[in-house]
Amino acid sequence: MKGKAWKFGNDIDTDIIVPGRYLIYTDEERLSQHCMEGLDPHFNEKCEKGDFIVAGKNFGCGSSREHAPIALKGVGISAVIAESFARIFYRNATNVGVPLLEAPGISELIDDGEEIKVDMNKGTITASNGEEIKFKKLPPFMLEILNQGGLIEYLKNK
Amino acid sequence: MPTMSEKILARASGKETVEAGDIIIANIDIAMTHDLTGPLSVESFEKIGAETVWDSSKIVIPFDHQVPADSIDSANNHILMRKFVKKHNIKHFYDVNAGVCHQILPEKGHVLPGEVIVGADSHTCTHGVLGAFATGIGSTDMAMVFAEGNLWFKVPETNRFNITGDLKENVYAKDVILHIIGKMGADGSTYKACEFAGETVADMSVSDRMVLCNMAIEMGGKTGLVEPDEKTVEYVEKRSSKPYKIFKTDLDSPSLNIIDIDVSNLEPQIACPHNVDNVRPVSEVDREIDQVFLGSCTNGRLSDLRDAAKILKGNKIADSTRMLVIPASKEVYLKALDEGLLKIFVESGALVSAPCCGPCLGGHTGIIGPGEVSLSTSNRNFKGRQGSSDGEVYLSSAAVAAASAIEGRIVAPE
Repeated sequence: MKGKAWKFGNDIDTDIIVPGRYLIYTDEERLSQHCMEGLDPHFNEKCEKGDFIVAGKNFGCGSSREHAPIALKGVGISAVIAESFARIFYRNATNVGVPLLEAPGISELIDDGEEIKVDMNKGTITASNGEEIKFKKLPPFMLEILNQGGLIEYLKNK
Repeated sequence: MPTMSEKILARASGKETVEAGDIIIANIDIAMTHDLTGPLSVESFEKIGAETVWDSSKIVIPFDHQVPADSIDSANNHILMRKFVKKHNIKHFYDVNAGVCHQILPEKGHVLPGEVIVGADSHTCTHGVLGAFATGIGSTDMAMVFAEGNLWFKVPETNRFNITGDLKENVYAKDVILHIIGKMGADGSTYKACEFAGETVADMSVSDRMVLCNMAIEMGGKTGLVEPDEKTVEYVEKRSSKPYKIFKTDLDSPSLNIIDIDVSNLEPQIACPHNVDNVRPVSEVDREIDQVFLGSCTNGRLSDLRDAAKILKGNKIADSTRMLVIPASKEVYLKALDEGLLKIFVESGALVSAPCCGPCLGGHTGIIGPGEVSLSTSNRNFKGRQGSSDGEVYLSSAAVAAASAIEGRIVAPE
């Protein structure tokens, strides 16, 4: 996977990913229009399919709203790479089919707007200068859930 | 040697023992979803293709986030949920007139010691106050629970906060938990069960202990728990006649990390924008405020309303400030009405609204605009949480909220 990295800081909460006033919506299209609106109201227009989010520690903290990973999926984010993730968000993102890659040191390595490469099989992220960082590879069943587009599709196709 | 979380999860998964780190499948005793996360849960449930829910008596659905409906979209969500309730004969449904889910569940006897409770809301950790293992999950997980009645969990390690010392006057459970979160950081207990123990907790009422458990998630906690004692038993037996089992933590458990917290010199605390772990003593903060919100699943209970009314009685809210008071449930509302508390609030210039989540999540009522400052007794102060991303939210106890409303700026009660 190749794409542009959108960089964010520590403790990016789910209110930033999708503010509470949009939780009345459940569809991917409408939620994606407000993705990351808490910090960047135009993120939806700038982000392209296949791009990545790179962030610091505790990404996805706060509310259990599954609207947050659905919005990230809707704007086409191919993976979120962070120093660490909050617990409920980790489950929710996997369940809706958004890969989360835990890569300590990532926020030091990657700059905002940088083109990066991710190899899910090798467990590596490559910066534009060729420098590599490893992430903890996902187990096969989790890769399969992500490949199918989420837990429900995975169970239906099983 | 297990912790109470390990003992509860062993019971729920039909095993002799489980250890922190084990992945288990636990049977769910109560599953809760509300009007805001419910529609996604129902949509996912329908996608699974299951015809019936696993047990219509174990699902609790309160409407609390957008009540009464404030838009056609909210009204449509309510219609969708009411249809689901009817179709699946959900036994415990609370429509727009009942109150906040985390108040309703314990108050109506849906939470018992030793149970496993899941809710499609991160503050489900509140219910561990009665010695249950209670945790927040997303909508897909909830759909799986609706269909199967069980869910996989990684058994957590435990951070046990051993809290000692008498609280000074005007210092409350909210100040204690803000102090702990400030010390631990927003991810200081990620994936851990957070137990609150020690003589200070033993002296607290069940209501005050709820404040501690409610905010365990703000340091990443998987659940908040208090070991049941005679106060727990009294609370539970007034509200439910069902059998239950009490589990306590063995202090020699290898998955237990004990953290000593001495609160004897603690001053009133406040969480400053835009993170809950950005905590300082109130005395170090000087800020004018536009809005005060007294309510929520953290501090919307009778004792909070009493604390605030004591300060507001005979006083007026500053002209530059508006105050919203929202009792957490119909029961709290009625008692506050009987005790004359609501009259005190209205006379002081506050608005009193019907039980709901209110401005806490910035999606329904009391939304703040750009540049406005809110002082709130709720649990989150994230950027944009109560409305505009250019607004600010501070978090405090009910007493600090009331004293500050009178002054129009953040102050500690005297």
